Order: sequence, then structure tokens, then C-alpha cells
Amino acid sequence: MAKIQEKYGNLFRMYEKITGINAYKEPMRISPAAHFSMGGLWVDYELMTTIPGLYAVGEANFADHGANRLGANSLLQACVDGYFIAPCTIPNYLAAQKVEPIDVRHSAFTEAEENAQNHLQRLQNINGSTPTDDFHKALGRILYDKCGLSRSQDGLKKAIAEIRSLREQFYSDLRVPGNSELNTELEKAGRVADYLEVGELMCYDALTREESCGAHFREEYQTPHGEAARNDKDFAFTSAWEWTGAGKEPIWHKEQLRFEFVTPSLRSYK
Amino acid sequence: MQVYLKVWRQQTKASRGHFADYSIADVSPDMSFLEMLDLLNDRLIRQGERPIEFDHDCREGICGQCGVMINGRAHGPLPNTTTCQLHMRTFAEGSTIYVEPFRADAFPIKCDLKVDRSAFDRIIQVGGYVSASTGEAPEANSIPIGHTTAEAAFDAAACIGCGACVATCKNSSAALFTAAKIVHLALLPQGKIEGRQRVVRMVAQMDREGFGHCSNTEACQVECPQEISVLHIARMNWEYNRALLS
Repeated sequence: MAKIQEKYGNLFRMYEKITGINAYKEPMRISPAAHFSMGGLWVDYELMTTIPGLYAVGEANFADHGANRLGANSLLQACVDGYFIAPCTIPNYLAAQKVEPIDVRHSAFTEAEENAQNHLQRLQNINGSTPTDDFHKALGRILYDKCGLSRSQDGLKKAIAEIRSLREQFYSDLRVPGNSELNTELEKAGRVADYLEVGELMCYDALTREESCGAHFREEYQTPHGEAARNDKDFAFTSAWEWTGAGKEPIWHKEQLRFEFVTPSLRSYK
Repeated sequence: MQVYLKVWRQQTKASRGHFADYSIADVSPDMSFLEMLDLLNDRLIRQGERPIEFDHDCREGICGQCGVMINGRAHGPLPNTTTCQLHMRTFAEGSTIYVEPFRADAFPIKCDLKVDRSAFDRIIQVGGYVSASTGEAPEANSIPIGHTTAEAAFDAAACIGCGACVATCKNSSAALFTAAKIVHLALLPQGKIEGRQRVVRMVAQMDREGFGHCSNTEACQVECPQEISVLHIARMNWEYNRALLS
């Protein structure tokens, strides 16, 4: 008991705070939950994104994990990237740069500011009747049901269509109250606009991955015993999806995975 | 259930604030306090009113973003609980609940229940890190750290920086926060190298930000969601005195 308290005390406490149940006395109720994306921004080996000089470290990038990324795995990536990679690669990049003063009236600044302003203005101008949270919840429902723990070709195709129509509703009936001063609702609307894009890309990715892998179970690909059936021959690659705009097909970039020292093997829980 | 709220509304730092009355029906006892505020905001937005601004993020009690005074207590009536982990079942049917921002000179109000806690960031910025270049990953077994030391450092490192210690302190002291950030590094070999300058700089920054001094009332450890012990403050003082004398 003392050992459990020492090792997992915070977990048990957290559980009791949420459920009101003391797990030292009653069994803890555990169920799997969807972990939609194991990915993040595409980065090179130096952890630089496609924008020169912009680095994505920790869980924000896609680099270190495969089809499973649960529990405290994000800490591993935060530590590895933060301690060992970024301190070497970022100074390496900076050392090769000429530091010249850049005027904030540069056309790139003006353009970026204008784009951001226009996007925020667009969200505020819709002046519809539905709060942002409704769209967020509707998107969550679609993804949980059709791109969650268990997914199928049929469900994913429907999900893509549903997300597209939800986006149309979002841009025609969103209500963002208040002005452009400190406004959490406006910030939230901007995020949900992004989630609609990421959610659609996740469905595209799930649709192309015709195997069951890690935390993602494709109903069509299972063993006779109902276990996940992986297909390492055809699916040993990472997909990077490039958004091309609402209603357009995204571009699919594949990066082959090469295993030199350790090769993938089947993990059986039996 | 039905509850009555008196919520502090203040549009900007400069404007005058006031308590606004809200009556909210159909609250589920299983809702967290923040979900109840979400429900209220949803209704306000539909009525065309400005929703209540409040900070929140993970809602799992580990990010340190949320935090309001509820009936005069930081994070509400339960000890060692974040606002997001407080559930409406804690309140009686028909209760009147006062909701205010964390109040301290060093935490200026941004809007309604949102306060600016960047003073904490600045305390961290002057020394709450290990700046030694790591180079090649060292062999893990070359720096042995005893189990009890590791546990003690972890207990201090558990601080989520929510600011409840400051909000609940009659002196608005940030001693518990600063101590937690100093001690978790002071206990480990990697942190000892810069230990002296760290404690001096961080304590100085804490004073510069306008936090009050610690007068050992120990109120902070009652509200701290991570149950950070005030013994860390004693350790910080010891480290500080040692640094000044050496």
C-alpha cells in the first residue's frame, strides 16, 4: 500500500478528484480513449520545420514516435529534444546566419499582419447564431466516432464529408462576441478553424493507412481473433500531409522508414 | 442543480470592477467548476452578452493555468485542488458562490477573472534552469542520485505555478513558488553547480516583482494543488544564507 502510494499517489488522487471514488478501496474504472494523432509538425533531423529558422521541439513535432505515443512518452521527447538536440542544432543554424536588422515595415511583416487581421475579422464578421464550443464539440463527436480507437474506410469517408459540411456551417453561422481586445472566444474560434483542418487531414491519413497499427485499429484489418493486423511491408512510412485549402485534396508526402539495427516485430499481449 | 453566482467583472486593468449576479439552472453536480462557467458563458453568448474571461487549459489539474478565488479561497473550498478539479457536487443546491480573480499587486488583472502571472516567468528566467551545456549524453550511471533525494526533488518540481500560494497569502508572497523552483534544482547534482547564483538571483527577482515577504503563516501549503511543503521555504532560506556567506 505504501509503495503504491509513493509511486502512484498523484494518479490515485487525481482519479478521486475527478470521479469522487477512492481507488484504494474500490476498483478503478479504466477504459481506452482515442489518441487521434501521433504526429506533429514535419521537421528535419535538426528539428527545423519547412520554414527556415523555425524549429519545433518536443511533442509539437512528429519526429520520434510511431503509431503509439501514450502516457509520459511526450516527456521523453521534451527531454531528448530539449537537452540533447536543440542545444546543438539551433546554435549550429544561428552560427551560419548573418544577423542584419530587419525593419518591421518589411513587406513580409505587413503581409503576415494583414493575413492575421483578415482572418480574425472574417471570424468576427460572420455574426451568426452558434457559439464556437458547439462546433468544437460537433467536430469532436465526428472524430471520436469515425476516426477514434476503431475506424473503417466507410466511416472515414463519411467523416471527411461531415467535417467539410461542418466547416461550411462554421464560416456561415459562427458567433464570436466582443471586440478584438482580449477575447478568448475569438482565440478559440481561430483554434477551432485550425482543428477543422487538422481533423480532416487526420481522416485522410487514417483512410490511406490500410492496416491496424499502434493505437489505431482499422476494422478491415484484423486477425481472426480480432487483434490488430499490421502490414509492415506496405506501410513502413511516415505520412506528411500538406494542406492546400478548404475543399481541396491535400498533398501526401511519404517518408520511408529504414530499420538498420532493430527491426519491427509483433507485440502480442497473449 | 441551481446556483447563484456573484462574479467579478472588470473589462480592463484600468477600468472599475464590480460583482455581477448570475442565476444558473440545470447545472450537473458532476460538472467541474470551469464547465459550469462554460455553461454560463454559452448562455451569455447566445444572449449577445460578453462572456466571462477566465484562464484554463488542460483541465486535468497539471498545467497550472486555471485559478480563481471561490468564496474567498484560492481554487475553492477543497484543500490542495485546482479549480478545474473542483466539482459542483461540492456545493449545496441553491448556494450563492462568489468568484473573484487571484488578487496580488504582482498579478495585475487583465480582464474579469484573468490575471497576468508573468512575474512567475520572470523569476524562472533569472535562474530556474540548468544552463550547463550537456554535449554528449552522459552515461546515466555516472551521476548516481539516491531514491529519497530523487523523490524529494520531484516533490518540489511538482509545482505547477498556478499562483494559489500568492493569492492565499496575506502578504502576497511568492515564497512557496520560488522555493519549489530553487529546491528541486538545489537537490540534484546538475543543479548544484549554479546553486549559489540561482538562489540569489531568483530571490532578488521575487522581491523586484512586488511579492511580499513570507511570515510563515503556512496558508500556502493548504491551498497548493501539488501539496508543496513549506519546508521548501526553509530550505530556500538556508540556501540563500549559505550563498551570501560563502
